[in-house]
Amino acid sequence: MPLVELAAIWKSFGQNPVLKGIDLTVEEGQVIAMIGRSGSGKSTLLRSINGLERIDDGTILIDGEKIGSKDADLRTLRLQVGMVFQQFNLFPHLSARENVMLAPMVVKKASRKAAGALADAMLAKVGLSDRAGHYPDQLSGGQQQRVAIARSLAMEPRVLLCDEVTSALDPELVNEVLAVVRQLAKEGMTLIMVTHEMRFAREVCDKLVFMHQGRIHEEGSPAELFSAPKTPELAQFIGLVEAAG
Amino acid sequence: MFDISLWDIVRNLLLAARWTVLLSLVAFICGGIAGLAVLFARVSAFPWLRRAMGWYIELFQGTPLLMQLFLCFFGLSLVGIELSPWEAAALSLTLFASAFLGEIWRGCVEAVPKGQWEASSALAMGYFQQMRYVVLPQAMRLAVAPTVGFSVQLIKGTAVTSIIGFIELTKAGTMITNATFRPFTVYGLVAVFYFCLCYPLSLLARRLERKLHAAR
Repeated sequence: MPLVELAAIWKSFGQNPVLKGIDLTVEEGQVIAMIGRSGSGKSTLLRSINGLERIDDGTILIDGEKIGSKDADLRTLRLQVGMVFQQFNLFPHLSARENVMLAPMVVKKASRKAAGALADAMLAKVGLSDRAGHYPDQLSGGQQQRVAIARSLAMEPRVLLCDEVTSALDPELVNEVLAVVRQLAKEGMTLIMVTHEMRFAREVCDKLVFMHQGRIHEEGSPAELFSAPKTPELAQFIGLVEAAG
Repeated sequence: MFDISLWDIVRNLLLAARWTVLLSLVAFICGGIAGLAVLFARVSAFPWLRRAMGWYIELFQGTPLLMQLFLCFFGLSLVGIELSPWEAAALSLTLFASAFLGEIWRGCVEAVPKGQWEASSALAMGYFQQMRYVVLPQAMRLAVAPTVGFSVQLIKGTAVTSIIGFIELTKAGTMITNATFRPFTVYGLVAVFYFCLCYPLSLLARRLERKLHAAR
């Protein structure tokens, strides 16, 4: 049974349809990258998977269970699905360690001690043990993003959604974040990411999904898609990206 | 005729100023609690509640405090609820403060970036958890300066309660003037008293504003 199953997902912003019948399955342990131009619907699709965007039609199954749109359902869903954002969105009034501790304590009712130990373990995992007491505005962008990853991992999600996690970073900080993501992939974490880092996508992904005008235009292994794109749109997109990179 | 010294005037004004301070405190604290309810209604998920509370705020922001006071004092007695001047003053200032504080705080809550809501949602936090642990702590930083600033308005607002016979600073000033025929001295002193109450708060508001904004 696939871990995430999307069937016939439709979504419009006002009159403007952005997702036009998306079907996608993700197996446990798979690493999936969604690529495509801006406006192709890839971020909206990712945000639909954990209910940050409400879909107009279609079904989302996590581990075989259907997710409704009620708040309680959404919270059950979000316990399974973590998310890391382009803009980090760390809580500025809390230290790095407190950022990681908050949700386990508030949502899962973990004791302060247990949450603290968990936070220390997660910060160690992203290589930031020495920054635990720092506040977000005392950290570099790359460090903030790694704290954000630790914060998501502390909830022990089964899937982690990554929404352009390196796009807001200065170029020299991109690699430290990608290294953490790469490590997660190696450990068998199920990852769905929207990314512009083509080389990284090619290297770590099991499956590549090319979105175009609200539909999945092409999907397959990175090797297939990069070496022999079947559609002119993908060929052009890859050409554009490679010319730019 | 017996003589009323300057010290007598000051002493009586001082005694009356206690009521101004007490009324301000009661209105600020009760208004703050009610203002929290207004805030939660204004940012709630129910459109009808938001709209109803919008009208409540319009009502209190769009009419003079004096009219609100008259309605509390004279209006309620028409329907059989007799309030003493003190009760009417406390009630109307509480309602007045709740409308203004609720709206000030709504602005502060809405100034917290959307990403904070999204990140806490993605961590499976519920609405009240998000408010309690993520949004309100950040909104409070923004709210401190305008809230202190509003308390100055509130202290000056207590002066209108003299109209319904509540004896606070302004009313005491009027009474002393009637006995001494020295309006300039007496009202001058009344003004100094208000200034001494308000100026420190204004200074505090300005300092807090600088400090809390520089920190972010």
